[in-house]
Amino acid sequence: MPLSTASNFARPDDAFRAIVEAHRGLTEEQSADFDAALVLILANHIGDIDVLREAIALAKRRMIDGQQQQQQQQ
Amino acid sequence: MASAKTQFGYRRHPDQDRAAQNPAEHPVVVVGAGPVGLSLAIDLAQRGQRVVLLDDADRIGEGSRAICFSKRSLEYWDRLGVADRMVGKGVVWSVGRIFHGESQLYQFNLLPEDGHKRPAFINLQQYYAEAYLVDRIGDLSAINLRWRNKVTALESRNDSVVLTIETPEGAYRLQAQYVVACDGARSSLRQMVGADFAGQVFEDQFLIADVKMTAEFPTERWFWFDPPFHAGRSALLHRQPDDVWRIDLQLNRYADPVVEKKPENVRPRIARMLGHDKFEFEWISLYKFQCRRMDRFIHGRVIFAGDSAHQVSPFGARGANSGLEDAENLAWKLDRVLRGSSPASLLESYHVERSAAADENIRESTRSTDFMAPNSHQEARLRKAVLALAKETEFGKRMVNGGRLSVPCSYDSPLSSRDADAWRAGPSPGCSMLDAPVATGAGEQAYLTDAFRRGGTDFTLLSFSNGAAIDGPDGVKEIRIGEGGLADPSGLAAKRYDAAPGAAYLLRPDGYIAARFRHPTREAIAAALSRAQGLN
Repeated sequence: MPLSTASNFARPDDAFRAIVEAHRGLTEEQSADFDAALVLILANHIGDIDVLREAIALAKRRMIDGQQQQQQQQ
Repeated sequence: MASAKTQFGYRRHPDQDRAAQNPAEHPVVVVGAGPVGLSLAIDLAQRGQRVVLLDDADRIGEGSRAICFSKRSLEYWDRLGVADRMVGKGVVWSVGRIFHGESQLYQFNLLPEDGHKRPAFINLQQYYAEAYLVDRIGDLSAINLRWRNKVTALESRNDSVVLTIETPEGAYRLQAQYVVACDGARSSLRQMVGADFAGQVFEDQFLIADVKMTAEFPTERWFWFDPPFHAGRSALLHRQPDDVWRIDLQLNRYADPVVEKKPENVRPRIARMLGHDKFEFEWISLYKFQCRRMDRFIHGRVIFAGDSAHQVSPFGARGANSGLEDAENLAWKLDRVLRGSSPASLLESYHVERSAAADENIRESTRSTDFMAPNSHQEARLRKAVLALAKETEFGKRMVNGGRLSVPCSYDSPLSSRDADAWRAGPSPGCSMLDAPVATGAGEQAYLTDAFRRGGTDFTLLSFSNGAAIDGPDGVKEIRIGEGGLADPSGLAAKRYDAAPGAAYLLRPDGYIAARFRHPTREAIAAALSRAQGLN
């Protein structure tokens, strides 16, 4: 099963909001700790190393694209 | 260690009287009398080869060094006639516990089932293992073990290797068809063939001490992350024979090795761990771990085995055990090539199989070492999350990496024949044979590994009876389970091999599976045999 990038939540705003709210009131350090735990929990729930690798590749690609855009704007 | 001889004398050999331009010729010279070189020499001798074994020292090395010997290694040593003594002296264990801070995160059992001749592991000081192997060599006149024979030069020719050897009475030369370098991580033969040894050095330092004390800890492997007695770092405690305990303590990467190694500095650390100071030091060493391997394990007629070919960090007991797997993989192949019953190209499969095994061992031990000593702030953060999640989740426990202990590798090998039938379980081609309890006709309890050993550890057809015996190819030994052979009263042999009556496994001389068949034919077995012998 490939990584699903279709919209899977009936109410995507709720999902985004739930994650945002979980970070409210946390320091940068605490937020990073929280993210690390959340990533591990979700990765295990997916339980498919190929899907995980695809997700990692997508996240990296977005990060690199984002950096290039920033550089172009500068 | 009063019970074992450790000091040996140099003895002049008539080979040393030969003129330098007319050196004595030998089929095989093994360099290095550590666990790997000693085992390889015994294996080759049992197969009928004459072996010269050289070592530059005249004594068995001090310090405990390797302590954990795996089930697979013990099964190999069974075939070499030394396992009973090793297991008799060693401490048997299969349970490990992982702690975080004050509390236990989880425990594991490496062999949670019965019906195996050998345990998951024994702990035994390397000097005992070496002493027992040297004793065994005393029974084998085909091995000529020469102490204080140091190889100082190596000349590779098309059909041989010429070694220059330094002794207390001067130098001499030897000519060999093959040389096997089992001369350790700092291999001088590796330098002589000009091979590199690339890999990773870990920055963190580890203090390893063997202490003698009487203690009530169970015979288990205990590993701590961030223990109260060694805040922020990891620690390991493991029992050895003679009331000796192995202790590993992680130090920071800037610790001064000379200062840290001083007994007066080590003692308080260990006293904090044990809660008392009623112990004596047997051995103290400070390490930076390395994971490295040679690109090629074979350089012409010089073959590398054990630490000379690959080096791992110790968490996982993958050093000595993988070296012994090298020896068992190489011995039968070299024997066949020396006899001319297989082409020299069979040796290439040693490189293919064992370098892939080295990669797996390096990968596993690198992951363990990185988990213990995270490389960055973010890696430390992920580890912290895993340790916290491990308290309440199964998946977190499974991610905690306090060392993944050595199990036999499975080979993706040119010697294996692919399954043509459907199998739900059982060792697939390229995997190591599994042990199981069986009974002889007289009702005597035995094991499959015994039956394999008694058959001469050659190519063997393990078949599950279904009427008349299979008419196998010439020269193949047979182990029959069921009618006309060994009984399988517990049904474990059939279960572990997913075998219905009529099924058969072709075992290689190292106990690995070459092929398996639901309904074997003589032609199919012959084809698999020929492939496993490197004949096509």
